[in-house]
Amino acid sequence: MKIHVTDFDGKEHTLEALEGWRVMEIIRDHGLPIKAECGGCLACATCHVYVAPEWQNKLVPPSLDETDMLDMAVDVKDNSRLSCQLIMNAELDGLRVTLAPAG
Amino acid sequence: METASTNYHKTDVAIIGAGPVGLFAVFELGLLDMKAHLIDILDKPGGQCAELYPEKPIYDIPAWPVISGHDLTEKLLEQIKPFHPHFHFGQMAESLEKTDDGWKLTTDTGTVIEAKVIVIAAGGGSFVPKKPAIANIDQYENISVFYAVRKMEQFRGKDIVIAGGGDSALDWTLNLQPLAKSLTLVHRRDDFRAAPDSVLKMRALAAEGAINLVIADIKGLKGDAPHLSGLQLHSREKGDFEIACNTLLPFYGLTMKLGPIANFGLNLHENLVPVDTEKFETSTTGIFAIGDINHYPGKLKLILSGFHESALMAQKAFNYVYPDKKLRFQYTTASSDLHKKLGV
Repeated sequence: MKIHVTDFDGKEHTLEALEGWRVMEIIRDHGLPIKAECGGCLACATCHVYVAPEWQNKLVPPSLDETDMLDMAVDVKDNSRLSCQLIMNAELDGLRVTLAPAG
Repeated sequence: METASTNYHKTDVAIIGAGPVGLFAVFELGLLDMKAHLIDILDKPGGQCAELYPEKPIYDIPAWPVISGHDLTEKLLEQIKPFHPHFHFGQMAESLEKTDDGWKLTTDTGTVIEAKVIVIAAGGGSFVPKKPAIANIDQYENISVFYAVRKMEQFRGKDIVIAGGGDSALDWTLNLQPLAKSLTLVHRRDDFRAAPDSVLKMRALAAEGAINLVIADIKGLKGDAPHLSGLQLHSREKGDFEIACNTLLPFYGLTMKLGPIANFGLNLHENLVPVDTEKFETSTTGIFAIGDINHYPGKLKLILSGFHESALMAQKAFNYVYPDKKLRFQYTTASSDLHKKLGV
């Protein structure tokens, strides 16, 4: 399984992904600059990513808590998600996201 | 808890950061007769435990199968009470100078602490307001754009835009509305995560025309910097449009940045402070770094790692604070000397 992550310089990185891992954890584990300050407990909005349009409808929709927490992210768009809430599974193989500014 | 009030202090150890590791350092230093002052940019102790996840359960604190960030902070405060730490809240350690027998630390509010030893327990850095990703916003800061309200009076008669949907955005909307010439709340959606009571009050003010509520994204700033004249907004319904204002207050919560510690002259490794694993001292003699802020081979960012690091740090700090004394290692279970210090 792989995910494709575009960094702040526009460079795309293809990362090995593991079933059951949060997308945030995969990005962090590969050393890309994602802050993810609260470690995945939905308390900080600093693992904000933009999901590629073709993937938006394939993701489990955001919970009310995630939508609320996105209010604490900067430059939120229609395709904004918190990557700590995206759990890898085979259906997400090839997922494409872009790191969002952390503020 | 003692909150220091005068501006100049002399102590044994100055600890930068009052998170769980900074707090436990007070205990380990205290057992060895060293007094400590703590500085924190937050207005309360606990660091990330207090700011990010006070209610979230932590499962990997030894002997606590589960404990919340808030309760862990409370327990640590209880544990260090016998050592009477002095807290300096709402301040950021800004500069550090060498003195004849230690260090002089100055905060951004002018507090000066002279100490023989400096302990950096700053976690992920200082909690500072998130900045919206708007071009050139820094050119307007402190004249037209503010991330905090220090004096409400400063905003009297202004055409204010408040941005955000959380408690800070709503609280300041309610508090500044009576002073402002006009007040507009801009939020990206017509739902607010703030306390329901605040949301109700805000909606009542909007309904009677006392404030404007605009659902849109902020795309740009207008006016010759640093003087703001308006905002460029975008919404799905209205497309691009503009509103006039001379003051913008964005409230998107806090994020951690290393801040002035980067200028302390220490070696840095990707915003972390490298230390040895024997005494957790930095490249500079007499300055230690413990907890999430430090870096060494095999480092794990766990609270329990920081606790261990603070115990070893204190052993070495003793040599700097008491250069003529020999350290005697003692257990809290058996030592009557330690019992006396702990008041048990």
